Amino acid sequence: MSSADAGTQAETTEAEAEPIPTDERREALVESLRAELGDDLVGSHIRPGDDVWVRVSRDAWRAAGDAVKHKLGCTYFDFLSAIDWLPSPFGRDMDSQEDLVVHGAEPKEPAPMVAGYAGGDTRLQVFARVSSLEHRVGVTLKADLPDAEPSIDSWIPLYAGANWHERETWEMFGITFVGHPHLIHLYLPGDFEGYPLRKDFPLLARRVKPWPGIVDVEAMPGGGDDESDEGEGASE
Amino acid sequence: MSVVLASLTPAYWQSTLLKLVVAAILVPTTALILGIVFLFKVMSWMQSRKGPQEAGPRGLLQLLADGAKFVQKEDLVPDKADRFVFKAAPLVVLMSTLLLYTVLPASEHLVIANLDVGIFFALAVSSLSVIGVLMAGWGSANKYSLMGGLRAGGQLIAYELPMVLAVVGVVIQAGTLSLNGIVLAQANGSIFGFSGLGNPFVLTQFIGFFIFLAAVQAELTQPPFDMPVAESELVGGYQVEYSGFRFLTFFLAEFATAFAFAGIAATLFLGGWWFPGVDPSSNAYWVLGPVVLFTKIMIVSFIIFWVRFTYPRFREDQLQAFAWKWLIPLALVNILLTAVLKVAF
Amino acid sequence: MTAISDRQHLSELAARAADNRLNVDFESEGMTLNIGPQHPATHGTLRIVAKLDGEQVVSAEPVAGYMHRGYEKLTEVRTYPQVTTLVNRIDWLGSFANEVPFILAAEKLMEIEAPPRAQHIRTILFELSRIANISLFLGDLGIQLGGLSVGFYAFRDREFVLNQIEAATGGRFHPNFDRIGGLKDDLPKGWIAETHTAMDKLRAFCDEVEDILIGNEIFQKRTRGVGIIPPEIAKSYGLSGPNLRGSGIDWDLRRDMCPPGLVYDKVDWKVWTHPDGDSFARSWIRLQETREATKIVDQLLDSIPSGPIMAKVPRIIKVPEGEAWVATENPLGEMGYYVVSKGDLVPFRVKIRSASFNNVSVVPWVCRGVYVPDVITILASLYFILGDIDR
Repeated sequence: MSSADAGTQAETTEAEAEPIPTDERREALVESLRAELGDDLVGSHIRPGDDVWVRVSRDAWRAAGDAVKHKLGCTYFDFLSAIDWLPSPFGRDMDSQEDLVVHGAEPKEPAPMVAGYAGGDTRLQVFARVSSLEHRVGVTLKADLPDAEPSIDSWIPLYAGANWHERETWEMFGITFVGHPHLIHLYLPGDFEGYPLRKDFPLLARRVKPWPGIVDVEAMPGGGDDESDEGEGASE
Repeated sequence: MSVVLASLTPAYWQSTLLKLVVAAILVPTTALILGIVFLFKVMSWMQSRKGPQEAGPRGLLQLLADGAKFVQKEDLVPDKADRFVFKAAPLVVLMSTLLLYTVLPASEHLVIANLDVGIFFALAVSSLSVIGVLMAGWGSANKYSLMGGLRAGGQLIAYELPMVLAVVGVVIQAGTLSLNGIVLAQANGSIFGFSGLGNPFVLTQFIGFFIFLAAVQAELTQPPFDMPVAESELVGGYQVEYSGFRFLTFFLAEFATAFAFAGIAATLFLGGWWFPGVDPSSNAYWVLGPVVLFTKIMIVSFIIFWVRFTYPRFREDQLQAFAWKWLIPLALVNILLTAVLKVAF
Repeated sequence: MTAISDRQHLSELAARAADNRLNVDFESEGMTLNIGPQHPATHGTLRIVAKLDGEQVVSAEPVAGYMHRGYEKLTEVRTYPQVTTLVNRIDWLGSFANEVPFILAAEKLMEIEAPPRAQHIRTILFELSRIANISLFLGDLGIQLGGLSVGFYAFRDREFVLNQIEAATGGRFHPNFDRIGGLKDDLPKGWIAETHTAMDKLRAFCDEVEDILIGNEIFQKRTRGVGIIPPEIAKSYGLSGPNLRGSGIDWDLRRDMCPPGLVYDKVDWKVWTHPDGDSFARSWIRLQETREATKIVDQLLDSIPSGPIMAKVPRIIKVPEGEAWVATENPLGEMGYYVVSKGDLVPFRVKIRSASFNNVSVVPWVCRGVYVPDVITILASLYFILGDIDR
């Protein structure tokens, strides 16, 4: 099990006596990528028997795609999208606006920004997944993007299917793809302003109609837990 | 009885007026009957559903209700449409249908115009509907209509040739162009000397029958030849801008033409108003003729509509290829064989 | 100005304004035809802007988003059990199949395994949703190509499957039955026998469709050689399901990369491929897959293990921190969820990889130079659901 960064590992097993499983195939995969990309391979994470994550530097995005496609034989394109690691300033948006307004609850302190597997330093991260059908393995690639100028090379010359995925990522996150022939809106109307999937873009439905909030429920028979948070009656 | 009727001889203009009124009533009535029986009941049965049940007993008055609905709708003409062409198009199509009914014989005397060139006249006027379709497609000022109209024009013209050629085989065998003459030729003919059943041309002209039915299917723009009105593609084709009474006219014309063509097919191939065993010149045909013809029309219509509900549709180029590369050569071969065999026997 | 020319002037202005609002720019040579968004042929509100040269298509650009509901944003404010309700509605014809990858991803992060009985029944319902989905496709294929009767037969015979799904889950279209750690309820009494009967009826339906549609000469003329997608293009666009197997690529997630939690390895079944890559290949494969699914369900029904239907899960579900990707072979293709969790009640980010999104993105490539009726045939054979494209 190899991980290069502060990416948390979900499979830290309970019993220390159990041998930590290794995944030679995926480790070899990471090694061959490291041989191709050298210093541009900034982080990696393997969940043994399951999956592998690799983080590359922004300038090597195209080269990384080239490496996985031609060196590793991952010719099948799954998807490409982005993650905004900023914890939402609106919290879970499940506390009732009425509660906040009426009872004057404190606005939440946004939690510190923590990135996921294979690490990450910036707020916006592009990630893509490709698979090799012959070897039955898939790899998720990530790349950090600077906040000031979130742009990255387009993957269209390598995977033609990236066209629509990059369009959607641009309109949802505001990430520009250099070399994309026709970067226009896919889902949103032509004059839409803002980038909806960014965390600081509020979920407008919850602004328009306040969430019911904490619902008074009876304690379940056989011992009550902390308050039930499954508010029914959601109307979205 | 013919003596009584002869003594009632009306003036020429009176008898013509009577015949025209009959035709005018006949056209919507037959369309209604065909529509109810086949479009609603038989189609529903084939598609394993019940069909309309509300209007009238077991839904039999549905078409009347539909007709009333269409008649009371707003008369819409698209903004950019050529008003005259747009309004005239359904009438041109209906006119060709009405003309078709004038030569269809329900018995030897029950015919509006007993022309010596009956079938020739019928084929000629049936092709007038092409003009109406092209007018509709162009006059609607709509890309879909235009495409549908052009497709329809090409298709209708392409399938007239097989129809005519199939009829030529019948004409050669009967020796006359008159529709009554063709019926009599079938009635008085004999199969290998056995004259009990006459000689319905479907037996000898089975190739012609098949070609004729295929061509009729295409002339009516029914599936598998319904590219021009492909519902799931052009959504109505050349008819898409028509609503209310004008659309009703198209609808009426389509079913009435189906009835008329089935009548012509029955006359040419199945013996028309003649029933085997009853002498063609007997007076029973004043009543029996229309009944027999009606039955035969229902049989032919069943075949037409059965094919309509079953087959997917041809693509336009495949449709044309079918006509030009298959039906027309086959029809020519049929004519050749008929001519040779007619001379030989 | 008279009233009529006023109206004409206004309609002209409106048309020009609408054209300007269109956010794709085209040079105007030849005719531009809008197929959709209201159209009986496209499975929902998909708009294809086709530029024609006579009857041939020069370019066909799909415009999606008429049904975009913002699922990925909505999942960020839903607790994990609430997400299944949302996610049912992505591919609404085979709804149970949408819940499964998400639940499996959450189970992977929580390191919970559903009991064998639940896994078994989950697989049965998964295959039933596949049958429900694809039998509608077969009917719809007939409708789009002109043979209307097959559509009615499909709706009639699909009722048997929907009745079974309703008997088990309570909902015909949106079961909302999968739970983290198992299923909501156990099966009702008599369900197994009834489902066997339903599978027999569906097999009879498949035979009927083969007779009336797939074996029909006109259908074959319309679909053979139309819309050929070579395997390299299929892989680089990320096509999945029968679209991929129709190009000759032998890849089925149920066999090759099955996530733990579905029991396909216990069943004897076959993956269907076809080398041609045309519309006929894709349609034919879907017919065979429906038959195969009925056989899988029959085998599974006879071997359901007994036991609990739900593992021990806490009442309030907080999924530990981590990221997980699970993809399954849904009726439409490969559907996957990339779940990013921060240890909270709600997911941090869910990326929904839906099959139709990739399947429709190949339309511009495949529709160059075909005739307009062939565009309909290609769309029919690629088979997408709008909810799957637009999420």
